[in-house]
Amino acid sequence: MLWETIKLAVQSILRNPMRSFLTILGVVIGVAAVIAMVTVGNGSSAQVTTDVESLGANLLTLRPGQDRMGPGSDQGGAARPFDLDDIDRILDQIGAISVAVPTGSQTIVAVFEGENYQTTVTGTQNGYFEAKDWALSAGRLFSSSEESGKTACIIGQTVREELMGSADPIGRKIRIDNLNCTVVGLLEAKGANTFGQDQDDTVIMPFKTFARRIAGSTDVSSITLSVRDGYSTDRAIDDLTNLMREIRRIQPGDDDDFSIRDTEQLANMLGSVTSVLTGLLSAVAAVSLLVGGIGIMNIMLVSVTERTREIGIRMAVGAQASQVLLQFLVEAIVLSALGGVIGIALGLAMGAIGSSMLNVPFIPDPGTIALAFGFSAVVGIVFGYFPARAAARLDPIEALRH
Amino acid sequence: MDSNGPIVRLTDITRVYGKGEAELRALDGVSFDIHRGEFVSIMGPSGSGKSTTMNVLGCLDSPTSGQYLFNGVEVAGLDRDQRALLRRHYLGFIFQGYNLLPRTTALQNVELPLIYKGMGRDEREARALAALDKVGLAARAHHDPSALSGGQQQRVAIARALVGDPEVILADEPTGNLDTKRSVEIMELMVELNRAEGITIVMVTHEDDMAAFGSRLIWMVDGKVESDKAIERAA
Ligand SMILES: Nc1ncnc2c1ncn2[C@@H]1O[C@H](COP(=O)(O)OP(=O)(O)OP(=O)(O)O)[C@@H](O)[C@H]1O
Ligand SMILES: [Mg+2]
Repeated sequence: MLWETIKLAVQSILRNPMRSFLTILGVVIGVAAVIAMVTVGNGSSAQVTTDVESLGANLLTLRPGQDRMGPGSDQGGAARPFDLDDIDRILDQIGAISVAVPTGSQTIVAVFEGENYQTTVTGTQNGYFEAKDWALSAGRLFSSSEESGKTACIIGQTVREELMGSADPIGRKIRIDNLNCTVVGLLEAKGANTFGQDQDDTVIMPFKTFARRIAGSTDVSSITLSVRDGYSTDRAIDDLTNLMREIRRIQPGDDDDFSIRDTEQLANMLGSVTSVLTGLLSAVAAVSLLVGGIGIMNIMLVSVTERTREIGIRMAVGAQASQVLLQFLVEAIVLSALGGVIGIALGLAMGAIGSSMLNVPFIPDPGTIALAFGFSAVVGIVFGYFPARAAARLDPIEALRH
Repeated sequence: MDSNGPIVRLTDITRVYGKGEAELRALDGVSFDIHRGEFVSIMGPSGSGKSTTMNVLGCLDSPTSGQYLFNGVEVAGLDRDQRALLRRHYLGFIFQGYNLLPRTTALQNVELPLIYKGMGRDEREARALAALDKVGLAARAHHDPSALSGGQQQRVAIARALVGDPEVILADEPTGNLDTKRSVEIMELMVELNRAEGITIVMVTHEDDMAAFGSRLIWMVDGKVESDKAIERAA
């Protein structure tokens, strides 16, 4: 009898192609929208996470001035910079810090055999590459004589490409300001960071060389630090804060005149931004799911009159209410399931296309798929089944009068 | 069941619509017996309760009071599912408005009662085709009702009513929408079913010519049976 009922239901679905199509369409739209949106949203958050990780794990940045928004934020400019002694004391006193290197940057035009290219020149030490988890694809790090003030530079992939195409840059001289600088190393490509900034668009010099020949002072405008594996970043930040307050003689109760940023914090911040975005997408998706549901509801309710008559006829020829209801239930389930499967396929396809267009990984979420499918199925079943149940409770003659 | 007694016995049946001021007694104390093999015609002015009587007989509607025995069984004592079984195994309906399922072939429409009898597909089809053949529509088995004329649709409905070998066929103005020629064809079919297969027939009609095909005439007025007498059949 169940098999017979399924056949009846399928017959009935085929008999009303328009109604069936519209019902399925409602489910398809709802399910596909939710899956596509959530998939793209997930991909975006995952992308942000990898981006932040590419900045270097356990990376801290110490800057002078308060890192505050709003009134008083310009006091940062007035705050005292650091100096190289500060770095020695940090390494000396805080065991959790494995790397602490000075960094300073300027935007300068680099020249090579008549090619000009404006880039960011950063003065730092070899530890910078360790902190940033950044390997060389060719050449070597700075030698100790270079670190103590000789001219040399390590360049990023973008700078290499802009200045000398695919040629081997090692040993070639590029001019930066009025400094003739031999390229000793080429960095591995790192790509754009979370803010869309090309990290490979960089020239790196020994800090002392940069300080003397370009910046004109040994002031340290920021310090890049790395927390040793297995140590708590929060503890390290606390220790660092206490030490810097001591070094900079800040009275208890006064505000810090420096700020510490860590990548974890950045990751969290960006993570919350993307989750807001994902939430927004999901809300839009939920609305389309609802619209799809209302569509299904509409179709089902519009056909109630005709269906009520049909139920009357079936009961007149001897169908029991339970048999008629089973048929309608199976019909609603088959339609919803069909719509759900098509919707999932379509949603995943749209998600894949969207992900590849936005350049983010394709991460379908089984929970969402199940949820979207479940919701549409429930709508389809409830609105397919309940009007039928109401009709089946009538005396056959009442149903026939419709 | 008592197969010697009347197949239908109505005793003082009432059917009241509405309440208080708006109360309407569609049936107001109807009593009659119908015996196996009879062909009963019911006539009467519009609104006299003919269709209401048929619906009560068909267990499509429940009387407000009175006793209805079908084959000796008290219908009021049956639940909805049991009444469905009674319709399934003993009754066939022919409605004035045909009541065929739309977008469903004549064959499938005729098969419908057999599905609920739990009959297998092949036997169902064979029986439905035989029934359609009996009403002269075997060639139209695969047409939708919308592709059939009124007379043809009514014949499909007759095929559906007789396909399950019912004991009683209840026909409410089966020729109401048809011209005289088609009407006579339908009536000849009914007489044939009555005589050759022994099916008891109860038929409502407005036309004397059609009523004359029956063996007995019940005349209703204002929800009551006004007269009930045998018809001399033109042999
Ligand atoms: N569902 C209903 N609600 C209220 N009153 C009804 C309902 N069905 C029938 N009636 C009333 O009951 C009375 C009998 O109706 P019924 O349909 O039995 O008449 P009928 O003899 O078949 O008439 P006709 O020849 O026009 O078909 C009428 O007055 C009708 O208006
Ligand atoms: Mg009537």
